[in-house]
Formats: sequence, structure tokens, C-alpha cells
Amino acid sequence: MIEFIFGRLTLSALPHEWFTIGGAVSIIIGGLGVAILLTKLKRWKWLWKEWLTSTDPKKIGIMYIIVASLMLFRGSLDAIMIWIQQALSVGSSHGYLSPDHFQQIFTAHGNIMVFFVTMGFLFGLINLIVPLQIGSRDLAFPFLNTLGFWLYVAGVILINLFFVLGGEFAATGWLAQTPLSELEFSPGVGVDYWIWSLQISGLGTLIGGINFIVTILKMRAPGMTLMKMPMFTWTSLLSMLLVISVFPILTVTIALLFLDRSLGMHFFTTDFGGNAMMYTNLIWMWGHPEVYILILPAFGIYSEIVATFSQKKLAGYTSLVFAAIGITLLALVVWLHHFFTMGAGANVNAFFGIMTMVIAIPTGMQLFNWLLTMYKGRIRFFTPMYWFLGFVSTFTFGGMAGVLMASPPADFQLHNSLFLVAHFHTMIIGGALFGIFAGFTYWFPKIMGFRLNERLGRYAFWSWIIGFFVSFVPLYILGLMGATRRLDHYTNTSWQPLFIISVVGFCIITCGVVFQILQIIVSIKQRKQNLDKTGDPWNGRTLEWSTPSPVPFYNFAVIPQITSGDAFWEMKRNKKPKEKIKYEDIHLPKNTAMGIYISVFVFLMGFAFVWHIYWLALLGIIGAIACVIIRTFDEDTEYVLTAAEVEKIEERGKTHA
Amino acid sequence: MIKASRFIIFLLLFADIILLGYVLIGNSNIQVLNPQGLIAEKQRDVIVATVLTMSAVAIPVVILIFFFAWKYREGNLNAKYSPDWTQNKKTEFLWWIIPGFIVFILAIITWKSTHELDPYKPIESNNKPITIQVIALRWKWLFIYPQQNIATVNFIQFPVDTPVNFELTAEAPMSSFWIPQLGGQIYAMTGMGTKLHLIANKTGEFAGTSAEINGEGFSEMIFTAMASSQVDFENWVQKTKEFSKTLDLAEYNNLVKPSKNNPVAFYASPEKDLYNKIIMKYMAPQTKGSEEKMSAMQGMEH
Amino acid sequence: MHKEVADDKNLFGFWIYLMTDLIMFAVLFATYAVLRNNTFGAITIAKIFNPPFVLTETLILLTSSFTCGIGLLYARLRNKNMTIVFFALTFLLGAVFLAMEFFEFSHLISEGNRPDRSAFLSSFFTLVGTHGLHITAGLFWIGILLIQIIRRDITGANLRKLMLLSLFWHFLDVVWIFIFTIVYLFGGIL
Repeated sequence: MIEFIFGRLTLSALPHEWFTIGGAVSIIIGGLGVAILLTKLKRWKWLWKEWLTSTDPKKIGIMYIIVASLMLFRGSLDAIMIWIQQALSVGSSHGYLSPDHFQQIFTAHGNIMVFFVTMGFLFGLINLIVPLQIGSRDLAFPFLNTLGFWLYVAGVILINLFFVLGGEFAATGWLAQTPLSELEFSPGVGVDYWIWSLQISGLGTLIGGINFIVTILKMRAPGMTLMKMPMFTWTSLLSMLLVISVFPILTVTIALLFLDRSLGMHFFTTDFGGNAMMYTNLIWMWGHPEVYILILPAFGIYSEIVATFSQKKLAGYTSLVFAAIGITLLALVVWLHHFFTMGAGANVNAFFGIMTMVIAIPTGMQLFNWLLTMYKGRIRFFTPMYWFLGFVSTFTFGGMAGVLMASPPADFQLHNSLFLVAHFHTMIIGGALFGIFAGFTYWFPKIMGFRLNERLGRYAFWSWIIGFFVSFVPLYILGLMGATRRLDHYTNTSWQPLFIISVVGFCIITCGVVFQILQIIVSIKQRKQNLDKTGDPWNGRTLEWSTPSPVPFYNFAVIPQITSGDAFWEMKRNKKPKEKIKYEDIHLPKNTAMGIYISVFVFLMGFAFVWHIYWLALLGIIGAIACVIIRTFDEDTEYVLTAAEVEKIEERGKTHA
Repeated sequence: MIKASRFIIFLLLFADIILLGYVLIGNSNIQVLNPQGLIAEKQRDVIVATVLTMSAVAIPVVILIFFFAWKYREGNLNAKYSPDWTQNKKTEFLWWIIPGFIVFILAIITWKSTHELDPYKPIESNNKPITIQVIALRWKWLFIYPQQNIATVNFIQFPVDTPVNFELTAEAPMSSFWIPQLGGQIYAMTGMGTKLHLIANKTGEFAGTSAEINGEGFSEMIFTAMASSQVDFENWVQKTKEFSKTLDLAEYNNLVKPSKNNPVAFYASPEKDLYNKIIMKYMAPQTKGSEEKMSAMQGMEH
Repeated sequence: MHKEVADDKNLFGFWIYLMTDLIMFAVLFATYAVLRNNTFGAITIAKIFNPPFVLTETLILLTSSFTCGIGLLYARLRNKNMTIVFFALTFLLGAVFLAMEFFEFSHLISEGNRPDRSAFLSSFFTLVGTHGLHITAGLFWIGILLIQIIRRDITGANLRKLMLLSLFWHFLDVVWIFIFTIVYLFGGIL
């Protein structure tokens, strides 16, 4: 009976090691703190009505960024634990972590940073900015947008849940390579947590992908043809096209792994005819495009920033668009370069190696176009521009390392070494994360109505860039010294100094993060001095800057007519005589809690499958389906903001400014 | 707004990294760049050639970006500002051609070197190659010398200047066999045979590891590869044969059990055809291990 | 105008969803192709394939696609009764198909050919079963729409949903044709 109710969840699974107890206690204290604060300020209702159930992409975007920031904190804690272990654990010393625990940490670190930090930030920025850039009031499917967000949150909770409710996390590396992740070698619940956390958040990503594609293709302001779209919108569109092409592969692959583990099937097992190499292929068919999903929007952000701060038109817009399209297509046909060492034969390896190198053509071409955008410009050095230059200096040699590893004979020596680890950190930190920071600083005034503190922003930048080099250059060297990744212990004492330098680098990066937190606090305190009254703090070029800051909830009182690329720049230039604005009724989606309810049920299902609590799993499935059905019966999902109301809000805004 | 000093800091940082790299390449601890065998040497040459080819374009571009950022700064009123300047079609095309040309060169290097350094390709040599069968277990390497009829754990010895033909499989999660100073990796997988051809051109002891995570004991799954003179090698084989216990199935089944931090061990007369038996175990139901299936397996190896 | 834009968006969004679903099926087909011969001593596809039985299944599903199309035509004409009749017929045929598939599976399992018996059986059950799950979802959907039509008549919203449903149903038909050809026919012949 007890087994029926609790499945495999027993008291002994509850937290009993220092790190899980520590995690549980801090999560509970943190949660209680927030709860008490909300009760004291009587903000529960406000939180629920204004935020959690909101269908406004701007609010959802902000929530994405908040959750992603929390996860960045968790992921960084993992990182420092890994680094300290590696700095200590040499020769006769074995550090402070057991191998199993160490492996769980780096697995969690990888998953959290990719799925819940970088993806979260990107979805946040895309939610905030893309509708504004295309002159739309909302997304195509506002309800699906909240659903996608809450599924992402369900994934976040599930990946952290073992701290509180017990068990362990996967100790298999971030992609849960089979057969290691099969029941035979990983009998615990760790891999199941991994499966369901990724499965649920992946579903959210897939829904988001469909939503943004339809939004961008169907809801642009009249006159905005595809080739007049801002670069960030273009790259977001391409990134989302990659999402819908490869996330189904991920969904199936980990579903099959789940079938192997729960029903004893043999897709990827070692015996009964299973094929573990098939898993490697499938997971990388998703995994490689995944990194381009992360980096493409960042390319778009840099394009926006270079043009805006050079106060000049993008040089070679068409080339940049085709470069991004080229990267998108090539991303789908290079997955095999992740396992040249599987022995596929020279022709296959060489083909995939060369295809990978071909990606360097559009990527390199972008650099030339940014270079020429700056040429004869008038460059203003605000923090976003610093992040751009930081990106150029890190990404170039990270990219060179990438092309180097695309050569199979070189890869045989570099694969699975710390050189590889340093390479992809250069790409994801120097490429995607710096882009996110740049975009965050750049668009912050648009969303919040005031600018971020410049001085602290620069301090943060310098700490990050210096810390980055200090911590990752040693890893490149260690890789060449023969140090493999994921080592919880090593015997070669000549490696230790480099590991220690790397930790120092991490401390410098930490200073950068502290400066960023300070930057936000100080900026909020001094917001009166940095108010953005014009809505156009940087002399911007694209449509989002034509709205007041912060943007009203309906985005545009009047949908603009677009006649050229850099729409707002042209509007500013051909100042038309002021006409009497004719307002119209605006249809807006109502708030809905259904996204939350569905996600709760899906979460329960995931949790139940982890612990084999079948009644709960069934309840979760039935609940989620019931919610969907109830939603389809609800035809009253919109409300109308009348022209008179819009006018009132707009006039009030004008007198304020 | 921006001080020139900031850029000088930036350039210095960049120069530091290059200097650091230069100093470290001379360091003999950098195993990948200090090869002790023909294969590793050629792989190093590919690395160096590829990096130099790319640098020819990448480094000037980065420097130019920083130069432009400095030259066209807002404070510099001498620089020309033309907000509508864009390139014409010809120059735009040029920016595709330049990286395209570099990649073309790289593609040629890659195609040639990938075929030349295919791990399945036997090494040409006047000396008769020796075969070592490698079985990745949790968490140790079992090596079988079918010609010498001995077996070892976590240690191999072979004559210098003699090609070594490794045949690999596993009875463990996927593992990756790597001796950095002799050449690159190949996976060892259950139910599969892979091949790797290496050679040592200097005597010495070289570190070997499992580069792919395969469970708790993964970090300790290290071994030593020793290249010695032919005479030393023969003596070692002789000694191993005389003074070691035999590796029968019972002993092998002991080895298969997961264990960490395994010491080096030596065995005489390993179970006949053990390597193929291990592969076959996962290819078909145990009762039907027929000759016909064996040949099917051989066909799948590549 | 507002409604038309919404129509357009829904249809386009649904097409994209179908594409993602198609990719999922493509992956399942790929796993099936890889694992097809890995029977590990257990039953092979040639022994599973029962031509008259599978052909009947196929014909039933094709007919249901046909009745679904007719039903949509009547819905466009706002003929409530005929719409209900034809979609009810579609539901019935779908249910019969599902029952046959269930019978095939339970028969296999009762003879010891469970999905955990070999990699081939794992992939066979998963591929065919995933299609069956989709059919089940489709049946739910038909049921709900029938209730909505009975209660609210054929409104614009209902008609839109019927259109999406029939797209989905035809899509499942196409996937089944692939399963029929690649799994059963090739398995029986090759």
C-alpha cells in the first residue's frame, strides 16, 4: 500500500547529505522569506493578477529573466564547486567531493546553464523585444506563451527538486550518454529527474518556438516585408525555426530513454539488440543545433547594437540575413563532429568536418560587416558596445578553436579534453551570454523606463572579460596537456597550478556578477536621474524605440506603417507634420491561470514518473488534459480597450513627459 | 568618452595571451604539442597548420575592429561620419570570398589529413606490427596480447618504432581510449569492435586515460603505455608468461565487476578468443553464438 | 477582419505543429529502421505481418478519413445533423481501428513478444503505439467537438476547430500509410 502511494520515494531518499540539506534549507528559507514579505506587503493578489497569470509578453519576458537569473546563481554555485574540487584534488588528496557527487554537480551545471539560464534569458529578451520590433501588440498565441513559460518553470523546479524531496541528480554528463544513463549503469532516480526536467521544459520551448514563428511571420506591421525586419527579429525567427526542427528530436530521444528505463525496452541498451550509438546520433542532432539556437539571437543583438551605437546603417544587411540563414541550415548537418572518435570512417568524418568549417564562412562574414558598420560611423561607447568588443575578442579565438576541432585528426587529440570545455565556454559565455548582457543593458530603459548605471556596467564588463580569460585560457592549455574533462581527481601535479589560476579567474568573474547586481540596485535607487523621457535613449533605429518608455501594455496606440528598414530612423528623419492621431479599439488577451494549472499537472506527472508513483502520474495526465479541454470550451478570452481609453492613457503619458 | 588607454589595456591583454601560449608550447608538459610518435606528430602538424591558416585572417580582422572602434569614436571629430554609407555589392561579395577561401584551404587540409590519419588505417613500417586487444571495463583497462598470449590490466608495453594495432571493445559504458603523446582517441563500445593504429618513435612511459565519462571510477581509469626496446619487450613478455596467473573465464568475470583504483596486473594465457566472445555476448542471444554471426560482426566493424 | 487574422494564425500555427509532429514520427521511423533486424532471437516483422488484418485496418482508417472530409463539407454548409452523423461515423471507424490495433498488441504480448523482448519489438511497439496514441487523442478531440456542436450549433469557432481536426486526421492517415508501407509491407516482403 505504501509503495502504491509513494512509489519508490522513501524516507531514506530525503536529504541527508550536507549539500542536499544545505540546498533544501536555503530553498525553504528563501521561499519562506519571499512568502512573508509578500504577506506583509499584502501583495499576493497583486502578484497573481498582475504577474503570474499575465499574458502580456513583456511581463512574461521579465519573469523569464528573473527565473533565469536565479538559475544563473545556482549554476554558478555548481561551477565554483567543480573548480575548487579540481584545484584541490591532485595526487594523494581527493578534494572534498565524492566522485559521484562531483559528477552530479557538473551534469546539473551543464543542464542548468544551457536550458534554464541561456534559453531562459533568450526567451525573455525575445518576448520583450520581438513584438515591439515588428510593430505588434501581442504574440500570435498569448495563452501558449504563458503555458510555455510555466512549463519552463516546471522544468526548473523539477531539476532542483531533489534538494528538497530527495534522491539525486544524474551523474552522466549533460547529455546523459547511453548506455551510461541506462538502468544497468545508473539505477538511481537521477537520470529520471534529468529526463522529466528536460522533457517538460523542452515542451515549453517547442510551444514557444511555434508561437514566435507565427508571430513574426503573420503579425508584422503593415509594410514591414521580411527584408525590412530588424536583425534581432530575423535571428530570433531563425533560432525558433531551429527550435521546431530539432526539439521534436529531443522529445522523442529522451522519451525512448525513458521507455528503456521504465518499461525495460531496448532502444539504447547494450544487450537485446539495443544501439547506444543511435542515441549519440539523435541527441547530437538536437544538441548541435541547440548551440546555434543560443548563439543566433545573440548575433542579432550585436547587429542592432553596432548599428545603433555607430549611429550608422548596418553595412551589408542582406549579407547578414543570408549569413544567418546559412548558419541555420548548416547547423542541421554537422552533428557528427561531436563524435569523430566513434570510428565512422574517413569519408564520413571528413565530410562532417568540412561542413562544420563551412559554418565559419557566414560567421566570419558577419565580422566583416560589423567592421564596416563601424567604418565612417560615430561610435558612442556605452556598456552594450563594450560587451560587443568583448564578444569579438573572445568569440574569434573560441571560433578558431571550434574550426580546429572540426578537423577530425585534430579532434582525435582534443576531443573530451579541457580544450573542448574551454572552447564551448568561450562560445556560450563570450558569444551568447555577453550578447544577453549587451541586449539587457541596451533594452533595459525601454522596459523599465530608466537607464542602467554606466560606471558599474563598465566595472562589471572589465571583471567579466578579464576573469574570463584568466579562468579559461588555463583550460585550453590543460587540454593540450592531456587533461580530460570531468575529472574529479588527477595524478599529474603539473596541472594543479593552472587549475588554481582558473579558480582565481572565477573569483574575478564573481566580482563582475556582484557589480551587475549592484548596478541594478543603484540604478533603481537613482532612477530619477536616469529617466528615459523620450523613449529613445540611444538614438535608436528600430521600431521599439518609437514607443514611450516604459512601453504601455498595448505596445502601440496606433500600428505604424513601415516603408523601409531601420523604420524608426527613417521616421525621425522624415518628420511628418503632426496629424491628428486617430485611435482605434484594441483587442487584448485576458489574463489566464490555465497555463499555471496545466503546468502544475504536467509537473506532478513528471515527478510521479521519476518516483514511479503511478496514480499520481495518471492524475497529472488526466488533470492536464482536462484543463486543455476546459480551455477549448472557453471562448471569452479577449477584452476590448476602447479608442477613448487608449486616448486617455496616451494623453496622460504625454503630460507626464 | 572612451580613453585610448582602455584600448591599450585590451591589446596588452591580447598580447599576453599570445605570449603565454608561446611560452607554454616550449613546455614539455604540453603533451599534445610534444608528440612521441608518428601519428601524434602528424596530428600536431594538422593542429598547427589549421591554426596558422585561420589566424592569417582572423587576427587582422580583430585588430581592425578595435582600430575602427577607436578611430571612429564619437570624440574624434577628425574622422568622417557618413551615416548612410553602405558597401556596394562587390565589396559585400568579397566578405564572403575571403573566409570562403580560407575554408577552402582548410577543407583540403582536412580531407587529406582525415584520410591519412584515419585511425583504422594500418601504419606502414618495416617492423612487424603487434596487436593489442583493449577491453574497457568498469573502471580499468584490460589488454590482451593475442600473439604473445598474455594479458595485462592498466599497463601496456610494446617495442619502439613498431606499429601497434589496437582492437577495442568494452563491457562497460562507452569509454574513450587516449594516449595523448602517441595519438588521438577512439571509443571503446560494448558489442562493437573499433580499431586504432599508433606507433611510438621514442622509448618512455606515456600516460593513457579514458577520456569519456563512464561512471564513478572514471577519473581513476588511467594506464601507462611503455615503449621499450625490442629486447626489453621480449623479456617482459617472457617474465609475464612465467610469473603470472592465468586469465580464465572465472578470473575475467571477477575483473568485470566494477572496481575503482585498480592496480596494474599481469596474466598469462588468457581465455582463448576472449575478445570476440565479449563482443558476441552483446550481438546475439548467448545460446546462438554461431560462426555465421561472427562473420556478420566482422563486417560491421567499420 | 480581426477574426480572419486569427483564423489565418491558427491554421498556420497548426501546420507548424503538424511539421514538428512529423519530425517526431520521422525519428521513430529512423529508430525502427536501425533496430529492425535486431530481433535478438525473438519474433521478426515477417511473422507479425498478417496481410488481411493490416489491410482491413488500413481500409478502415482510409474510410474514416473520407467520412471526416464529407463531415467537414456538411459543416461548411452549416448542416448540423449531417455533420454530426459523419463525424460520429469517423469516431466509430477510428475506434474500430484502435480496437484492432489493441487486439494485435495484446495478441503479441500474450505470446511473449513483449516490447522488452528485443530492440526490434521495442521500436515496433513504440512506432505503431505512438500512432495509436495520436488516434486516441483524435478520438477525444472528435468527441469534444461533437459535444460542442450539439450544444452550440456550428459556430465560426467550431468550424475552425473542425478544419484543424480534419487536418490532424488526414495527417494521421498519411503517417499510417507510411507505417503500413515501411513497417508491414517491406517487413513482409523483404
